[in-house]
Amino acid sequence: MADKLRATQQLEQLQARYVGTGHADTTKLYQPLFPPHRIPKDTYASYIGHPPLLEYMSVATGEPMAKMRTRFIEKMIQPVGKPPEKED
Amino acid sequence: MADAEFEEIKRMQQERNAMKSKSKAFDPSTQRTDNTTKAALTETFDTTLYDRANGDKFAGYNTSIPANDDGDDDVDMDGGDGTRRLVGQYTASKEIMSEFANAGDDDMDLMSAKAKGGQIADRETDYQKRRFQRQLTPTRKDAFASDGAEGEGRSYREVMLEKELEREEERVRRRIEEKLKNGDGESDDAEHEATLKDEEADMENRDGATDGTRKRKKRWDVGVDDNTVVVKEEDTSKKRSSRWDVAAAPDATPVVKRSRWDQAPSLSAATPVGNQGLVTPIHPTVNATPVPSLPITFGHGDRNAPLSDEELDEMLPKEGYKILEPPPGYAPIRTPARKLMSTPAPMASSSGIGGFMMQEPENARILGKQMPTDIPGVGDLQFFKAEDMVYFGKLVDGGDENSMTVEELKERKIMRLLLKVKNGTPPMRKTALRQLTDNARQFGAGPLFNQILPLLMEKTLEDQERHLLVKVIDRILYKLDDLVRPYVHKILVVIEPLLIDQDYYARVEGREIISNLSKAAGLAHMISTMRPDIDHVDEYVRNTTARAFAVVASALGIPALLPFLRAVCRSKKSWQARHTGVKIVQQIPILMGCAILPHLKGLVDCIGPNLEDEQAKVRTVTSLAIAALAEAASPYGIESFDTILNPLWTGAKKQRGKGLAGFLKAVGYIIPLMDEEYANYYTSEVMEILLREFQSPDEEMKKVVLKVISQCAGTEGVTAGYLKENVLPEFFKAFWVRRMALDKRNYRQVVETTVDLGQKVGCGEIIERVVDHLKDESEPYRKMTLESVEKVIASLGAADIGERLEERLVDGVLFAFQEQTMEDVVMLNGFGTVVNALGTRCKPYLPQIVSTILWRLNNKSSAVRQQSADLISRIAVVMKQCGEDALMGKLGVVLYEYLGEEYPEVLGSILGALRSIVTVVGINSMQPPIKDLLPRLTPILRNRHEKVQENTIDLVGRIADRGAEFVSAREWMRICFELLDMLKAHKKGIRRAANNTFGKQSIHIHARFIAKAIGPQDVLATLLNNLRVQERQSRVCTAVAIGIVAETCAPFTVLPALMNEYRVPELNVQNGVLKSLSFLFEYIGEMAKDYVYAVTPLLEDALIDRDQVHRQTAASVVKHVALGVVGLGCEDAMMHLLNLLYPNMFETSPHVIDRIIEAIDAIRMAIGPGLVMNYVWAGLFHPARKVRTPYWRLYNNAYVQSADCLVPFYPNLDEDKLQRNDLMIVL
Repeated sequence: MADKLRATQQLEQLQARYVGTGHADTTKLYQPLFPPHRIPKDTYASYIGHPPLLEYMSVATGEPMAKMRTRFIEKMIQPVGKPPEKED
Repeated sequence: MADAEFEEIKRMQQERNAMKSKSKAFDPSTQRTDNTTKAALTETFDTTLYDRANGDKFAGYNTSIPANDDGDDDVDMDGGDGTRRLVGQYTASKEIMSEFANAGDDDMDLMSAKAKGGQIADRETDYQKRRFQRQLTPTRKDAFASDGAEGEGRSYREVMLEKELEREEERVRRRIEEKLKNGDGESDDAEHEATLKDEEADMENRDGATDGTRKRKKRWDVGVDDNTVVVKEEDTSKKRSSRWDVAAAPDATPVVKRSRWDQAPSLSAATPVGNQGLVTPIHPTVNATPVPSLPITFGHGDRNAPLSDEELDEMLPKEGYKILEPPPGYAPIRTPARKLMSTPAPMASSSGIGGFMMQEPENARILGKQMPTDIPGVGDLQFFKAEDMVYFGKLVDGGDENSMTVEELKERKIMRLLLKVKNGTPPMRKTALRQLTDNARQFGAGPLFNQILPLLMEKTLEDQERHLLVKVIDRILYKLDDLVRPYVHKILVVIEPLLIDQDYYARVEGREIISNLSKAAGLAHMISTMRPDIDHVDEYVRNTTARAFAVVASALGIPALLPFLRAVCRSKKSWQARHTGVKIVQQIPILMGCAILPHLKGLVDCIGPNLEDEQAKVRTVTSLAIAALAEAASPYGIESFDTILNPLWTGAKKQRGKGLAGFLKAVGYIIPLMDEEYANYYTSEVMEILLREFQSPDEEMKKVVLKVISQCAGTEGVTAGYLKENVLPEFFKAFWVRRMALDKRNYRQVVETTVDLGQKVGCGEIIERVVDHLKDESEPYRKMTLESVEKVIASLGAADIGERLEERLVDGVLFAFQEQTMEDVVMLNGFGTVVNALGTRCKPYLPQIVSTILWRLNNKSSAVRQQSADLISRIAVVMKQCGEDALMGKLGVVLYEYLGEEYPEVLGSILGALRSIVTVVGINSMQPPIKDLLPRLTPILRNRHEKVQENTIDLVGRIADRGAEFVSAREWMRICFELLDMLKAHKKGIRRAANNTFGKQSIHIHARFIAKAIGPQDVLATLLNNLRVQERQSRVCTAVAIGIVAETCAPFTVLPALMNEYRVPELNVQNGVLKSLSFLFEYIGEMAKDYVYAVTPLLEDALIDRDQVHRQTAASVVKHVALGVVGLGCEDAMMHLLNLLYPNMFETSPHVIDRIIEAIDAIRMAIGPGLVMNYVWAGLFHPARKVRTPYWRLYNNAYVQSADCLVPFYPNLDEDKLQRNDLMIVL
């Protein structure tokens, strides 16, 4: 019991700190904070965070880096659309 | 300094001291005369290896300790002074005189034995014991239940009414007491009235047995009640209110004079005939409720004739019964004597019920030790106390479980589990606790709490038991959630006393429970439950309730509780409610500290008006609450106090006595919050009051004044000049007196205030004023002075001290140090700090100091010796600074001589002193030379005392570190084996300390020096042999040692032999090898890349072993290997190991799974997340939760540790929005 309790507490703490982490009850259904719906956000963050990658993309698409960055930041707002209506 | 010079100084000093005959510091009688523990430099010390040059030193001596040692040096007592006396002198015999001096074995200290008992009630104050007066109240309704069903129990309304009644009763009782005190004339009326009233009540109440007899009081054989009633009425006139308590508490009526008529005729004989039935006849006086309660018709007198059949027909019902034939062969007893014995007369038992009773199991309690420890269905308990029988008696009555109802079975089940938790062994406790928690909802709140709470009210409860029971409550609270509501008050009654326990942990526990309780029951229910207690008649209840409320506030947030608090603090009905309300506000900052800041304004406004309350008590507590709020808010939040500044200030001017103390305290805490200008103004204003109150004899006031002074001194706006001029003279006059040093709390406060003043006015100013007290004749006063001096100098340094003052200071400190009768760490610290602060200015005084130390090093008392040795370690640095190398050499030699010390504490200090000397003078110039010193340390390593071990190791380590070449390799070898031995200490605590504090270090020395001195082969052989020993501890240490040897002498010298050892088909050895490998790879780090392919087959084997521990240890090896080879191109091997590790994912044992996961994480580092995540994606959404859980754990670890690296490896999901088209861009 104590172990289980501790494990749950640790998990809760982990999830409070890192929104992308999940647990056994995480489903594939829409959950904005949990993977896999976290994927786009992380991806965009990664593009922005690696200037060489951003540069590569901007060269390929012919757009300035600043514009690319802004676009990626804007895309991070609800990247998978609006959350579904709550059932209850 | 030359030796001759030193001797000269020493001699002169001794002469001078001898002149001061009153001083005991240099009394030669305090010195040790036998120097058997001293060892000469020229002699070999370690006799196990070397023979002594001159044979047995003790030959011819009586080596055993005399059994009848008086230990009394007062030789004069025996023979007197030798003169003859004409008159005999009589005095107590020597045995009696020394009765308490040498206590024998049988002379136990009863008090200490009692203290060790650990019963909570033993160490409680009278105030805390008032918790026993509280009762577990009936269950309450759950007015806030979600489904609207309130359940049974009392409602809020009923409780409030009852409290009202209680208060009224209390009021009336007080009135009556007052009246009685005022005089008899008045009380007459009251008494008359009361009797009448009681008579009426009596008429209504008559339904008991006594009433029944009263009707028949004309009968001769009763003759009872007339007398008793009269007597009782007299009785009531004395203690009116107790009249109706009488029946409930039989011991309250002992003085009722019993006339002979009181007693039933046949039972009044001198020998209690009626008691035949019982083992021990009870003396008639024991029964406070006398026998007449017997149903009279069944007395002996009535049974002298058999009942006729007609009579029986009349008495017994006719239908549904039949008359049985007497069994064949039955013959009634005809002998009257035996007949008398056969049916014992019914006895009034202690419970007040007549009739013959079976002996209750409670009698078993008398048998003390024969209490069972093995309860059916529970197993072997750690203990079973007599008191437990009351609660758990049902378990041993051997009832048939098959015939019980479900409820009864449940009750027994709970009982059994509770007993296991309370009295069981740790593993039993754990499982029982788990069962209780898991099944809490099935058991239900009622049955659980009805058993737990009475246990907590038991008077003989011990700390451990209480802790466990509280833990049970805590756990089941989680599970029960809102089901606890009806029991909230009961729980509070039991838990609230924990909030005022002396034990810190008990208080914390209490807080935790109450905060969980309030989260489970909700604010509304908590308020409605505790509201009636807020103006309870008993101060104790109000106090604990206030504390509990503060906990509720911290759990549910202050804003939630604030409206309620505001209402309570403004209550018009009773001042008690206001008092409690303010008290809650006082407790909140104490509990929450600066977390109150956001709500400070609300809290202050809430209690502000109470500063002008009509009740003095409320005013005082309000000022204290404000002080607490200001203290917690410091240094912010002055604006919140704006509204109350004025009333507070006028209050402080108006009040006197206890009230004033509170107000001053509040002002004192608010001043530091103010800005400079205001603080300055208020300080000068408040100082007038403070200076006036310096003279106050009240202890409480003194403390407050000191506190306020130190706070005022600390504020910005107060200048040093002002303090010097106005405060210091008065302060020193009022508080630097001997009397203040006697009370511990005053003492501390004075020292603190002095130091705070010193921060402003400077070190010299303070020292100048107190330095002369160092030579005062009162020891506590000297101590107080030295402590102040120490603290002032420690924080401000000694630069401010002039030459003349410095002389006086050192002289004073030396005097205080020499004259101490109780060796105190304060003196030691003081001396050390002063010497260190003065630094090179100490040089002129050092010879004197050293000679004092030397003198005291030879003292009879071990404490003195220890202290002087400690002092050497403190001043060694300064001695070096002063260039007194010769003196240090001298000290070193003396200390060396004292290494034969018997007292481990002292020996530890001596070693510490040697160490500090070695540190400052350096190995090369150490006196005595290292080659002499080290061999003497080797036998000391065997000493099992922690302090000795720690200091020796440190000393040896220092020598090994810097001067290993001074000693032969052989000697090092010996030392190393001693060190390894040391880790086999018996007590776990010591072992752990050994491991933590110096285990590693000692093994370092060990491994390094053996390895360096004699090459790794010999060592390894020994170490590998060590792996085969049974003790786990030494195997672990050996494993560490192997790792270190491998690190120092390159792994290839160790690894082959180690891996060869793995072939021994023995679990312990193989595990040991794996463990060594784990340490080895941890230590060698990147070197591992050359050995990965060599150990992989071994790991392969270990990872597919059946034994769990095997795989666990192998996993930890894998982890260290993998972390070592990150980025070094061993990915193929790592991949291979991952494949072997992965099937272990579903291990459930926490240790195993932790190691496995760690290993997988480490491999992820080595081969990159992409590959490892390929394994993980598969199981994240597996239909079985058992599978999903560990997979998510892996995913989470990966996400937390390398989220960014995961991005390229996220799977491509079909869902439209999840497509990552940007990744498709190609240049």
